Amino acid sequence: MKTLDFKRLRFVIILFTLGFSLLPLLVLGLGVKQRFSSAYQDALQGSLRTLVESKRNAIDLFLTERMAQLSTLASALTYEEAADRENLERLFTQMQTTSRYYIDLGVIGLDGNHLAYAGPYNLGGINYKNEEWFAKVVAKGVYISDVFMGFRQYPHIIIAVLRREGGKSWILRATIDSDAFESFVKRVQMGRKGDAFLINDKHMLQTKPRFGGNVMEDMELPFRVDTRFSGARVQDLVVNHRRYLYGWTWIENKDWLLVIREDPEEELRPLFEAEHLIWIVLAGGVALIIAGTVLVTNSMVRRLENAEREKANLDANLTQSGKMAALGKMAAGVAHEINNPLAIIREQAGWIKDLMEEPEVKAIPQFKEISDSVHRIEHHVERAKNVTHRMLGFARRMEPVMQAVDVSKLLAETVQFLKTEALLRNIDIRHNLADNLPTTNSDPTQLQQVFLNLIDNAIDAIGKNGQLSLTTSYDSSRHEISAVFTDTGCGIPPETLNNIFDPFFTTKKPGEGTGLGLSIAFGIIEKLGGRINVTSTVGEGTTFTVIIPASV
Amino acid sequence: MVQARVLVVDDERDFNETIVKRLTRRGFYAETALSGPAALEILSRQAFDVALLDIMMPGMDGIEVLREVKRRYPGVEVILLTGHASVESGVQGMSMGANAYLIKPVDFEELLGAIAQAYERKIIVAGND
Repeated sequence: MKTLDFKRLRFVIILFTLGFSLLPLLVLGLGVKQRFSSAYQDALQGSLRTLVESKRNAIDLFLTERMAQLSTLASALTYEEAADRENLERLFTQMQTTSRYYIDLGVIGLDGNHLAYAGPYNLGGINYKNEEWFAKVVAKGVYISDVFMGFRQYPHIIIAVLRREGGKSWILRATIDSDAFESFVKRVQMGRKGDAFLINDKHMLQTKPRFGGNVMEDMELPFRVDTRFSGARVQDLVVNHRRYLYGWTWIENKDWLLVIREDPEEELRPLFEAEHLIWIVLAGGVALIIAGTVLVTNSMVRRLENAEREKANLDANLTQSGKMAALGKMAAGVAHEINNPLAIIREQAGWIKDLMEEPEVKAIPQFKEISDSVHRIEHHVERAKNVTHRMLGFARRMEPVMQAVDVSKLLAETVQFLKTEALLRNIDIRHNLADNLPTTNSDPTQLQQVFLNLIDNAIDAIGKNGQLSLTTSYDSSRHEISAVFTDTGCGIPPETLNNIFDPFFTTKKPGEGTGLGLSIAFGIIEKLGGRINVTSTVGEGTTFTVIIPASV
Repeated sequence: MVQARVLVVDDERDFNETIVKRLTRRGFYAETALSGPAALEILSRQAFDVALLDIMMPGMDGIEVLREVKRRYPGVEVILLTGHASVESGVQGMSMGANAYLIKPVDFEELLGAIAQAYERKIIVAGND
């Protein structure tokens, strides 16, 4: 019989159910996450771009304003006014009250010498003729320097404008407080990992970055800086195994590159938190689906298994009844075929016996031998007849005489027949017979035959010294009465257990048992709408359970 | 006492002939028929008191023969004899007027008893008429 592999079936159902339910969920989750994160990244890059550009504009505006301030001042002064130290100091003080960025102010002649100086340093005697910036301002008219050390040995920026006044030309030079400028740039630095700094076209730092590096040191950038371009560039970059968002742009008034760095993780925290939540919800959903699937599948497979088991039992019972019916027919046929020759043999023997009454036959010397022989033939025909008649009895489908039977009472009566036998063999028969059992509609004689057979078998199985328990009970849910026969006998090996209900199957010596007892019992109980179950352990004993429906 | 006239109907020739020989030895008048039609033919020519009828016979079976015998010769008592003990056929046969139902191999004394009983019954029935 084909049986299902329930473990495999369970595994396959769970696998497929989970596959079909989790796959779309995961695809959806990952898709949403992907889209969400890329949209967020775009937004982040866009906002950095805007930030970079607005900062660049602010720095440009700052430089433009400073240059315009100096140009206006220079054009408003005559050579004499500019060269007048007191006048310059007055102007410088005035400028400082409106703008905090200036450190000093100097007027320098084309020979490189200070004509006048206003500020905290003593720079009166210094000649700038050979300074790089000096040549540039003379050539271009306006000049903004990189950060440099200069004579004061402190990093600073200067802005200088050339004033042409008829034949005389002079230079107005102002020093910008690089700290003040730096803080102006740094105001962009955001979060805990954000950074902003300026470098010149030789990658030399113009403001101090927050992490690593100092003003006037070379700065290594994780990206390649192209020659001047307009607008801002934004890129996701990995530096020291960490992801950063970089934005950079060229300052318009100077060959300076503004670099702003953001830590996307910090910026993406809301996204990560949302993602975290999604994962938790997803995990919860997955756990719920798995638990549900396993529970449903388990219960389904269990039901299937039970159904299969019931079907197998039913099949076994059907097979057994089919076998009984076929054997019944066969037994009847065989009995008939044998009975006819037996009848003839018997009549022939009878005729010989008749003839042996004649006086001349009685006179022959072998008379006694012939007479013995005839008697033996008759004796063995009788023996064969007993077998065929028992076979016919087995095959006979007698309708039982039905009446209400108290199973406990019937069993107690039946056991009386074998009480002496049990006593002789020192077998202790214990009764656990339920009182007030509902009656069953049955043929008491047939039922008694079944009980007698089972008790007889149990006594045979025990041999000597043992115990036999008789228990009756009622299962109200199934409306069935059961009678249980448990012996402490030799037990039945599993390979024999399948055959014990087969007709003519016996484990007893030839002549001691016909092998019909249990098969007849099986047939009787089956006809009453019940069944017989048997369990056995070799060496420990056997339990027969007779189950018959209670009458309505 | 006058012995019964017995007709033995069976398809087993050896059985028939031996039974007839043994009955004859005991003073019965006995004849044999190997099939149902043969039995009916003999009955049409000769009167019998008792018929021993085998149920399982090829062609016309014992139950059919019984029905015909009872229809045509109601005075003949019938004893059914068979190797195949089926309760249905037994009950059917008895309900159709068979006097006894015996299973082969039958004890000869038992058979004689059944014949005697059937004959007695026939005489009583005939006496009542």
